[in-house]
Amino acid sequence: MFNKSIREILDDLAKGEYSSREITKSLLERIKALDPDLNSFITLTEENALASAEAADKARSGGEIGSLCGVPIAHKDIFCTQGVRTSCGSKMLDNFISPYDAHLVQSMAKAGVVSLGKTNMDEFAMGSSNETSFYGPVKNPWDTERVPGGSSGGSAAAVAARLVPGATATDTGGSIRQPASLCGVTGLKPTYGRVSRYGMIAFASSLDQAGPIARTAEDCALLLEAMAGFDSNDSTCIDRDVPQYSASLDNDISGLRIGLPKQYFNGDTNSEVGKLVDQALTALEQAGAKLIEVDLPHVELAIPTYYVVAPAECSTNLSRFDGVRYGHRCENPADLEDLYSRSRGEGFGDEVKRRILVGTYVLSAGFYDAYYRQAQKIRRLIQQDFVSAFDQVDLIASPSALSTAFKMGEKSGDPVEMYQEDLYTIPANLAGLPAMSVPCGLMNNLPVGMQFVGRHFEEGLMLNTAHQYQKRTNWHELSPEKFGGQG
Amino acid sequence: MALTPDDVAKLAELARLSIDSNHVESTTQSVSSILHLVDQLKQVDTKDVSALAHPLDITQRLRADEVSELNQRDEFQKIAPEVENGLYLVPRVVE
Amino acid sequence: MEWETVIGLEIHVQLKTQSKIFSGAAVDFGQEPNTNACAVDLALPGTLPVLNKAVIEMAVQFGLALNAEIGYRSVFERKNYFYPDLPKGYQTTQLDEPIVGQAKVKIELEDGSEKTIRLHHAHLEEDAGKSLHEDFAGKSGIDLNRAGTALIEIVSEPDMRSAEEAVAFLKKIHSIVTYLGISDGEMSQGSMRCDANVSVRPLGQEEYGTRAEIKNINSFRFVERAIGVEVERQIDLITDGGTVVQETRLYDSDKNETRPMRSKEVANDYRYFPCPDLLPVELEESYVQSLKESLPELPDAKKKRFCSDYGLSSYDAGLLTQERPVADYFEEVATECKDAKLAANWINGELSAQLNKEDLEISNSPLVAKTLGQLITRVVDGTISGKQAKQLFETLWTEGGEVNQTIEAEGLKQVSDSGAIEELVNQVIAENPQQVENFRSAPEEKQKKMFGFFVGQVMKLSQGQANPAEVNKILKVKL
Repeated sequence: MFNKSIREILDDLAKGEYSSREITKSLLERIKALDPDLNSFITLTEENALASAEAADKARSGGEIGSLCGVPIAHKDIFCTQGVRTSCGSKMLDNFISPYDAHLVQSMAKAGVVSLGKTNMDEFAMGSSNETSFYGPVKNPWDTERVPGGSSGGSAAAVAARLVPGATATDTGGSIRQPASLCGVTGLKPTYGRVSRYGMIAFASSLDQAGPIARTAEDCALLLEAMAGFDSNDSTCIDRDVPQYSASLDNDISGLRIGLPKQYFNGDTNSEVGKLVDQALTALEQAGAKLIEVDLPHVELAIPTYYVVAPAECSTNLSRFDGVRYGHRCENPADLEDLYSRSRGEGFGDEVKRRILVGTYVLSAGFYDAYYRQAQKIRRLIQQDFVSAFDQVDLIASPSALSTAFKMGEKSGDPVEMYQEDLYTIPANLAGLPAMSVPCGLMNNLPVGMQFVGRHFEEGLMLNTAHQYQKRTNWHELSPEKFGGQG
Repeated sequence: MALTPDDVAKLAELARLSIDSNHVESTTQSVSSILHLVDQLKQVDTKDVSALAHPLDITQRLRADEVSELNQRDEFQKIAPEVENGLYLVPRVVE
Repeated sequence: MEWETVIGLEIHVQLKTQSKIFSGAAVDFGQEPNTNACAVDLALPGTLPVLNKAVIEMAVQFGLALNAEIGYRSVFERKNYFYPDLPKGYQTTQLDEPIVGQAKVKIELEDGSEKTIRLHHAHLEEDAGKSLHEDFAGKSGIDLNRAGTALIEIVSEPDMRSAEEAVAFLKKIHSIVTYLGISDGEMSQGSMRCDANVSVRPLGQEEYGTRAEIKNINSFRFVERAIGVEVERQIDLITDGGTVVQETRLYDSDKNETRPMRSKEVANDYRYFPCPDLLPVELEESYVQSLKESLPELPDAKKKRFCSDYGLSSYDAGLLTQERPVADYFEEVATECKDAKLAANWINGELSAQLNKEDLEISNSPLVAKTLGQLITRVVDGTISGKQAKQLFETLWTEGGEVNQTIEAEGLKQVSDSGAIEELVNQVIAENPQQVENFRSAPEEKQKKMFGFFVGQVMKLSQGQANPAEVNKILKVKL
């Protein structure tokens, strides 16, 4: 039962092969048995899950139901869930029981999903390896000595280990796509503004976007249909109809123009990763796509640009965690300043502190123009690069990550080295473009992912292309041996 | 840009972050290395380029002036570290 | 040495909206603490701001009323600092691109002279909560009901040269926001607050002196006094060889002095940057135009109309139009009694004095406009004398009642019957033969002065009820 996709579960539930309660119970058992090795969950909400599974079963027998009625999923612990701890992977919010639901959590509940719990993540979504979580690192199910990527490492690992068929995640600089790539699952970061950010704990407001992680592009389409849409509580959320992505998956992609940035495919991408991506592109060519070289002249500035913009925004987004109204408060503060600096000093981990300090620096008087304004200008240049490229092509392809999953501890000593992990993913966040990662091979029995970047709001075309690719290959069907897969 | 431990202490004060004294050196180093990474932006000619604050070129939507939120004080204060008579308590604020 | 005072004002005006600037929580004062603080106001993790339409409308109306430049594109920024009444750790405000730009504001001084004060800009922002310091065993209690209330901050250029000018400017702004109905402008309630930047320099010197900022002054009178004592302090300081330091000071109205705020002045770095949770606000030309067309009559226009339509002096019209409720009151009285000048005299005189004495607003006057109008009508038609009218006014003020009934009940009717008055005149002439003799033999120019004596005697005899005009007439004949 655990090895089913969302599509299959929906069909089975419809046919009455089993109930939502049965699959929910079975997955909960599986999580309890296997997750101690992975640490992909922070909180398991067993009772709530069974109650909503029963409600889903009842609804299914009664008539009109949501599009995902009875499907078990997990939420990244960055989404506020009423009555359930919402930690964001931080000691700061270890005691935070959210008094409200995020918009995404509400809309998915409306679609009928059954949430099994909250998945582990890098603290405040800051990290590319899931090693910054207050709740300990998540392990990659393909090799538990290795990282799953981050920050949505818990969601990616849980899907890869078949603990859940799908999970929600967020992506500020690659936090959906890089762990999807490292765990051999499919992940999509929608266009900025496609999914409401209300109730999603902010890291960098102008970059954050929620999206799905699942096994297939088809499942991602089903999940995205449930999470996307207008929300009047988020000023940056766009009022625009949500297409039925799952209905266009079978469209013919012949004639599709896929752009290959010369900055990424410059011949030194001789690596194994490059070869696997090349093979994937060949498969797409065979499906009728055309490969065209494109130029993204400023894309190499994406990482430094990001490491000005994201820390700047996070440094002030995280000011609200002050020990006054909720969250961690230090013992016996001597005075107000002590309350602030000690609550925050104790509540935040090293990576979060580092970024707050960098953000504070780049916004401070005398440095603002040289760093922050300059970064915003370069962000414009990067976005314009994409606009020009999209005059020539419909999608842009690249590897999703530099390499396969690395060993725990291997990069955690040097933040700047760790930051290189997001080389391919960050540009889409800066430009607000939709992007996804699709499994495209194994290297030493570790997954490799291919990334697509699309035009604003063209998630449909991306999912269509990914689905066509997945119809022709079976990389997405592989799962780590230890977790009962066929890998 | 290489920072000194003093610079980092000032930033930490501004950001209200206590940093263990045995972490100051390593924090200074890592923050400096990040600033070194971003310093390359300074080389880029951005004359005549306008700053991009949002990835989408849209404007602010306005909300009707209506009261939509009801009193939920009890719910909200359940998770508060210290309250009395409906007030959040903090060490005395000096004016 | 002669000194010149330089003053710039920053005026915070709370906008009279139903809900807050960025959330759907109620704006409603005097409620239990934190009952009007919703998830957004408390800055719960994950919450986001959405801008209130009414706030934009009010700010644009304000700009239009001052004929200011309108910010067709305005941007909200974050001003970062930590304070327990500021839940997000930043205040959402405007800096480089405010909604209202420069303007020229005319003020009128008591001597009738006019002066123009330049407005630097006015911007929108959110108010903070309140810290309460009593009764918590050395701790402060935080109430966030006020957090997120919409404010418009009005920033002048340092164009004022005396406390009087500063008060006149403040009153002008008060008058405009209350005319527009965008604020109740209650300084005592904190819905209008004033910070004054004050410096002094030797007369003729071009550079400004170092300024001190006096925070949160909460009445017109205190603005005048606070500036007065601060100017004195600075001059004394400099004269004694000291220097003024740039700092924030508080005005203590009990001691009538300013003193530095106790908190250490940490050099703050607010790290302003555009708020990424909000987008630029863009206004359509047609929207601004429609607001312009629906502006109410503003003080300056009303004053002009009062002069031309009612024949009032510029001074009287100015007093009457400063506050809209006063102007409305006047128009009702004038319509009732059909004598605008008398109406103006009564309102600016007797009524205003009584209101001041009892510290009342005109809206709370025990005498409603209709009653005062009826009272004046009785003066105009000669039923009561001016003196009786004042007596009647006092009775109505303290005891209430209807005009005609009170005149009856108090026996205030003036005697105009010529037969009755003639009798009184005869009696006075009979009782004062010596004075009559003197009067008749005096030259004409002296007679004028002596005539008053007889009028006084007749009035006294009538217990003030005789119609003075009638008394004059009959006395002239008899003497």
